[in-house]
This record gives sequence, structure tokens and C-alpha cells, in this order.
Amino acid sequence: MKHLLSIDDLGREGVDELCELAESFLEVTQRDIPKVPALRGKTVACVFYEDSTRTRLSFETAAKRLSADTMSFSVGSSSVAKGESLRDTVQTIEAMGIDAMVVRHRAAGAPNRVAGWIEASVVNAGDGRHEHPTQALLDTFTLRRHRGPSLDGARIAIVGDIRHSRVARSSTKAFAALGAKVTLVAPPTMLPESLAGWPAAVSCDLDAVLPEVDVVYLLRIQHERQDATLFPSLREYTTRFGLTVERAARLRDDVLVMHAGPMNRGVEIDPEVAEAPRSVITEQVANGVAVRMAVLYSLLGSGAPVA
Amino acid sequence: MLRGGRVVDATGERGGDVLVEGDRIVEVGDGLRGDRELDAGGCVVAPGLVDLHVHLREPGMEEAETIETGARAAALGGFTAVVAMPNTTPPHDDPAVVGAVLAKGARASCEVHAAGAITKGREGTELAPMGELHALGVRIFTDDGACVDAAGVMRAALEYAASLPDAVVAQHAEDSTLAAGGHMHEGEWSSRLGIPGRPAAAEDTIVARDCILAALTGTRVHFLHLSSAGAIEQVRAAKARGLPVTAEAAPHHFTLTDESCASFDPAFKVHPPLRGPADVAAVKAGLADGTIDAIATDHAPHPTEAKERPFEEAPPGMLGLETALALTLEELVEPGVLDLPTALARLSWGPAAIAGLVDHGAPIAAGSTANLCVFDPDARWTVVPDALASRARNTPYAGRELRGRVRHTILRGEPVVLDGCATR
Amino acid sequence: MPDAARAGQHDKPAAAPGGGLSMSGSGRELELRTSVFSADDLRRAHTRIAHEIVERNQGAEDLVLVGLYTRGVAIARRLASAIESFEGVDVPVGALDVAFYRDDIGLRPVQPLGTTEVPVDVGDRTVVLVDDVLFTGRTVRAALDALTELGRPRAVQLAVLVDRGHRELPIRADFVGKNLPTKLAEDVRVRLADVDGGDDGIELWGPAAGAGSAGAGRDGSYPERGASA
Repeated sequence: MKHLLSIDDLGREGVDELCELAESFLEVTQRDIPKVPALRGKTVACVFYEDSTRTRLSFETAAKRLSADTMSFSVGSSSVAKGESLRDTVQTIEAMGIDAMVVRHRAAGAPNRVAGWIEASVVNAGDGRHEHPTQALLDTFTLRRHRGPSLDGARIAIVGDIRHSRVARSSTKAFAALGAKVTLVAPPTMLPESLAGWPAAVSCDLDAVLPEVDVVYLLRIQHERQDATLFPSLREYTTRFGLTVERAARLRDDVLVMHAGPMNRGVEIDPEVAEAPRSVITEQVANGVAVRMAVLYSLLGSGAPVA
Repeated sequence: MLRGGRVVDATGERGGDVLVEGDRIVEVGDGLRGDRELDAGGCVVAPGLVDLHVHLREPGMEEAETIETGARAAALGGFTAVVAMPNTTPPHDDPAVVGAVLAKGARASCEVHAAGAITKGREGTELAPMGELHALGVRIFTDDGACVDAAGVMRAALEYAASLPDAVVAQHAEDSTLAAGGHMHEGEWSSRLGIPGRPAAAEDTIVARDCILAALTGTRVHFLHLSSAGAIEQVRAAKARGLPVTAEAAPHHFTLTDESCASFDPAFKVHPPLRGPADVAAVKAGLADGTIDAIATDHAPHPTEAKERPFEEAPPGMLGLETALALTLEELVEPGVLDLPTALARLSWGPAAIAGLVDHGAPIAAGSTANLCVFDPDARWTVVPDALASRARNTPYAGRELRGRVRHTILRGEPVVLDGCATR
Repeated sequence: MPDAARAGQHDKPAAAPGGGLSMSGSGRELELRTSVFSADDLRRAHTRIAHEIVERNQGAEDLVLVGLYTRGVAIARRLASAIESFEGVDVPVGALDVAFYRDDIGLRPVQPLGTTEVPVDVGDRTVVLVDDVLFTGRTVRAALDALTELGRPRAVQLAVLVDRGHRELPIRADFVGKNLPTKLAEDVRVRLADVDGGDDGIELWGPAAGAGSAGAGRDGSYPERGASA
């Protein structure tokens, strides 16, 4: 496996193998000295055109725990010469001697293009509305640790601004690949324009879906989109689609609550619900490093899961 | 003199040599003799092709193309006349700019006409000085690149243009409020790729509206680069009702679909976007039954660096002049969608009529101006971006093998392309 | 990929012809040469090694047996069980995966065989690493590195069932079931009931010799072996 650009690159086998591998790395991260020399001498560059401290730190930590060296480029306005094309930037960085590049960009397909321009391995850390495969993998890993390696028959509701969410696309693919039944829940303006490429059902009625699910996965509602006329007000969103205390009370005891973070407490999820035992949100974060270690190891340690 | 070709024009097909003197055709027949003979054996001799829609980028983006390089590319594509779109910097909303373009074009390898802007700055609010531009010879008015969104402004433009003889108002039909933020066709593929879409409805609504305005005002309306089945159906119905509407389609809209965008390569990014197979079929059907009167390339050169950005950040547009004829032959004539004379009608005398160019597309007979395209329909060649005459390289057909190549192009009696090479 | 192949790979000598994934390293078909240990032999070997460990360390306190995945773990458990039966001490058993410490990451696909689990702090204890076959010594080198990450043992010793020679690093075993000189092209195949199913046994396989001799060692107590384990 040379690049991780999309969950499509992995299929069921690939997702399974990476999750298995992540178990070993989770154990490593829990040691007193959470480090292995596996990628010693390798260099991983994080090239983030879109700001994200959390994801970037998660990748950097993962690389360091594997004894790789890291470089970070936050391409806001200053680090990249005005007018320097994406191609020039990544080729310049590669010339410094890197083995893998982790790319986050606000435009879909940017990592795909980068993969065509450099020799190093490319990991998609989020590209526009397209995909965020490592997030989906850590979500899947978290679910597997609770439910077992197969998600066959698991009923998962993903709630929020699906249409604009790369996490929703990647996670839907990953969950469905492991056999889960995914339902996307959102107001019509936030559902995908077409279900092509989305192995899921859709609903606009959260209350109808909740009694039938095993997992509720919440997406962040972005304040920035308020002016995009997607929904009238945050209050209306919470009323119709928020996981309120009252809705959470109607869930079965064994239902898990997940969130891709960062949370808008009080909008898509009530703070009390976020802290409840059924919520695995903090686990998701902790698992992120182990999963990213598994991804980096697979790309650079030649432990190829599935071609 | 062109020896041994097969002459095809609006009057029919016949074998024969074509004798040219000065800028005129003097005789068409067998066994003619001339001082200078050009071999047209195995070739079709047709009236020069006319492209209603090219972006020559001069003034303002000369690193991508100039009038000179664009005209050369046109000549190599068999075109003897092109209409340059007004979205230059500064735009064609000022007689001085248009005058300069026409002056530059006078020395070019094909006849360069200029379209004038409909509104000042192409901003869609105030009318441009259409009268002054008309005086310079401008007949086609468009804000191309931008759509005239406000129905009120479009109506005013149509009403005003009614006072300008032979004026045509051409629309880039894509409602900005529906298409805004979109970069490819809204549909199955935009959903798979996570790229915001431009729905066909953006095109369909404007076409519907402007057909009604054409009926209201009686002014000729021409629809640029139609791509949507729904829009084409509207035009068909409008023509059936006798409305003064015409339409064009670009080769990329009958050869490529939105699936090409799956590679995220902005070589396939264009406005209006590549759409689905049903739309491609509708474009072909429209060309076949005459709903679409012309094939126009929408030749849109861009610097290589600009197309090396991520899909959403790259500018829309593709090259088209040097591949249009071959693509038409391969995808329309060979499979029998159009016969050769109809294909040439769409490429030559059809657009010539819309632009009001009497010297182009005319039947090849004694007395006509010698604007000719001589092409070998069987010649195979591969599209190599670096080998194109255009200054830019953004063709979506890189590496594709095509059949059909221009051998000679005659502009007012002078060979501007000889044996596949430009002479100017 | 069968565990036998993966486990043996790391120990493959650098000069192994073919150097690939095949069990013989040469890609040629192998056949059974001789039985090294029968099931009974193995049982006695375990018992003897267990006694030697206790003897060398003057008792079983402060010991921890750490088996290397995959068969080393099973062997470590058997040793612990034996020690408990004659010494009455419950020696803790751990499992160690060395994948991330191997020196051939990047040269071939390297996957962990299990999750490292050592239930006690190794600091101030004597760790006995346990594996089935000692070959080039690279696996043990990786295990020492892995162990260091877990703490600072008082001492580290090594127990193996078979030492087949061809060391590429200065590594030696403290407790050996059998010293078995082998050729590089030959293969030592270990079968443990709790890992592989069937009967316990260790066999030596080598390249097909053409006309096999009667003494090629078919022991009636083994099932017919197929072409690959």
C-alpha cells in the first residue's frame, strides 16, 4: 500500500487489518516508554493547508512514537510564498528528504494530486468534503473494541451536516465495509445530493431512527455555515436533530454515542450526554494515535495490509 | 490550386480540383492546372471552419495565449474565422479594446472577430456601449464567462439590441445563485467525490427564461455551450414555436462525462461542467436534428500552473481548437450520428450564418471567397500537449489517438497551413 | 501467511538463497529428513529445561518467563506449568511481540503476531526469554530491545528448544533442548498441539534428495506432511 487517500483504498480486509495492527500500537502507547524503533530514520512531513491542531498533533505523535522524524508545515499565508502552487510546495518539501507526507487541504482531491507529483507516500488527513480516512479508521477501531471485530448487523445513525462532511463519507464507507447498516440523519439541505457512493439509508426524522440504533454518531454543526441557509437557526437544529438529554434517555443502555469532534456542546449534543458512560468520545481521541501509528507503519514499514 | 480532393459544402459532395486566384475561387472541376499545386488527395475540401467561441486571452492573460498563437491554433484546426470572447482584461466593453483586438487580429492566421460585452465590466447591471461596438463590426454580444442573471437586464439588452442590425445576444446559461460554489456537475459523481456541484437546473432555468425573453422581444438569442439535456429540449421546443433562438455545443460536451473528474484532475474542469451520459446523448441528438446549430470549441487556454492546483481551486476551461474537427469526425461522423455534410454544417456554414460572416462557409464555387479547410479524414495522430500550437497545454485529450487532421488551411486565398504546418 | 513462515522469517540468514517467503528459503520443494523430537522427547525436554532454569537461578523466585510469539509463548506456559508442579512456585508468564524492533522492517512485510503482554514489572527480576528455534539470533536481538522498553531486568536468559546454528550476531542460549547442526537450505519445523493442533513434534526438512534413502526418517508416529505447513 503506497498511499491512504480514501477508505476505498482499503476495503473490508484493509480496514480489518489496520484495526488489528492498531491494537498492537495501542499497547505501545500505554507503556511507560511509549515508543518503538520501527520507523527509525524515516521522516514524516505534515503539510496542513487547513488548520487543525488536533489532527496534526495526533499524526506527529504517532510518527514520533514510531521513532520517525517529523516536519510540520502549516500553510496559512506566511509559510508558502504567495502564488507558489501546491505542486511546487510539495515538491520542495519532498526535496528535503521525506518518506511520507500527511496532507490536509480544503479542496477535495488535493492529496490525490499530490500523490501524482511526489515519490513519497501520501496520507489524506482530510480533503475538503471528500474523505478523512484516518478518522474513519479510528472510529471503526473504537467501535470494534466495544462490539467485536465484525460490525455485521450493527445499526449506526450518523447525524449532522452529512453533505459537507468528509468524516461522514469516510466513516459510512468504513462501517458499511465491516457489515454495519448505516442511516444518515439530517435535514434535507444537509443530506448528500445523491446517494451514489454512500452505502447508507437516509432519514430526516431522528426520533424515528433512535429506537432502532446501536450507535449514534454525531457530526459537528459548524457555526460558520449558519449563513449558508442550510437551516434556520441553531436552536431549531438542536430541537429537531440534537442529541438532547431527553433523547438520550430514550436510548437503550447499550447504545454507544460517538462524535468526530470538536464538540459544540449544547448544539448537536447536550454536555451531560457527552460525559455519560455510553459516550466513547474520549476513547476516540486516544485511539487516534494508535490508528495513525498503524497507518504510518503500514505505509513505511512495509507491513502492507491489502494491496 | 488544390488537386484531387473531395469537395463537400452546403450544396453537396463532388470530386474535383479547386483553383484559387487572389482571394477568390475561380473554378472547381476536374483536371485543372494551376501555378502552385497543393496535394489534396484523399482529403475533403470544405469551406473554412468557423468557431463562434474562443478565448484568445489577449489583453490580460498573454502567458496562456495571444491573438497570434490562438489564431495559429485555430488555423491548424481548420478554422478560417473565430469569434473572440469578451472576458479579457480589460473586457470587450470598450471600443478601444475591441479596436485593438481587431487590429491585432488583422495580421493573424485566421480572421479574428470580436464579441462585445452585454454589460459594463460583464458585471450584469449596466448595459455596455453596444452601439459603439456594433459600429466596429461586432455582431455577437455576450458576457460569456458570466451569465446575465437579472432577467430585467437581459430583457433590456435584448430590447436595445433589436435596434442594431444583425445583432445576436449570446448567453452563458448558468444561473449564478444555483451554480455558485459548484465546480463540477451536480450528480452522482459530485456526490462520490465530495466536490460541490453545479446543477443542470442552473442551465435549464436560464435557457427557459431567455427563450421567453426572445419571444417577448423578438431579438435573436444564441445559447453558448449547451450541455444539459433539459436545456436542449427547451431550445427544441422554442424552435418548434418559431422563436429566434440558436445554440452551440462544445466538443467536450459530446465526448466527455463527469466521470472523468474522478481523477480530481482539473483538466476536466469547465463551466458549464461535463455532465452525465444522458446529457452527452442529448447533445449528440441536438446536433443531429439541428436543435444545436453549431459546434463551438469554447477554447479556453490556462497557464499550466493554474491547472496544477486542486480541482476546486483551478480555473475552468479546456483547449479545443486543434482537436475539434477530429473529435467531431470520430465521435459524430464515424458512428453515424451525423453525416459528413451535416458535421461540416455545424462546424462551418452553420456558425458562419449565426455570426453573419458571408465570406465563410459559402459553397465552394467560382466567385466565393477562398476560405477553405482541407483535411484528411483518415490521418491518425496522437494529442501531445507540448506539440500543440496553443501557448497553453490544458487539453483533456492528452495522449488520445485521434483520426482526422487538417492538411491545408486557406485564408482568403493564402495557405496559412501547409501540409499540417502553420506558415505564419 | 502461515505463522510458521512468518515466525521463521526474521531469523532467516542474510545470505539465504532466494531470501523470500518460502519455508526453505530456496523455493525448492522440501521433504522430511528426520524427526528431531517426538512428542515424548519434547515433554522430557520441557521438564529438563524447567529444572535447569530453576537450578541455574537457585530457585524460582523473581523469575518471569517471557515467550516470543508465537510458539515461544506456548513453550513458556509449559515451562511455567512444569516449574509449578515440581517447585510449587507460580512463575509469571508474559508474551512478547518483537515486530516493531526487527531490523528488516522496510525489507519485507513485517506484521505483529500478537499483542505484547507482560503481567509483571520486569525491573529487578530475571527474565527468561523463551522461543522454539534459535537461528541467526536476530529475533532475540529484537526481543532484547523490546524488553528494555518494558523495564530494566536484573538479568536476561534465553531458553530454546532447538539451536540450529548459523548465528549472525553474538547471541547464545542459556538453556537448549537440542543442538542441531543444520544446513541453510534445511528447515526446522516445530509443531505444538496448543498452537498448531495435532501432536507435538519437531522435524527437520530438507531439499528433495532424488532417490530418498530408507533412513530419511519417516517415523510412523507422524502424519503424512503436505507440501507446506
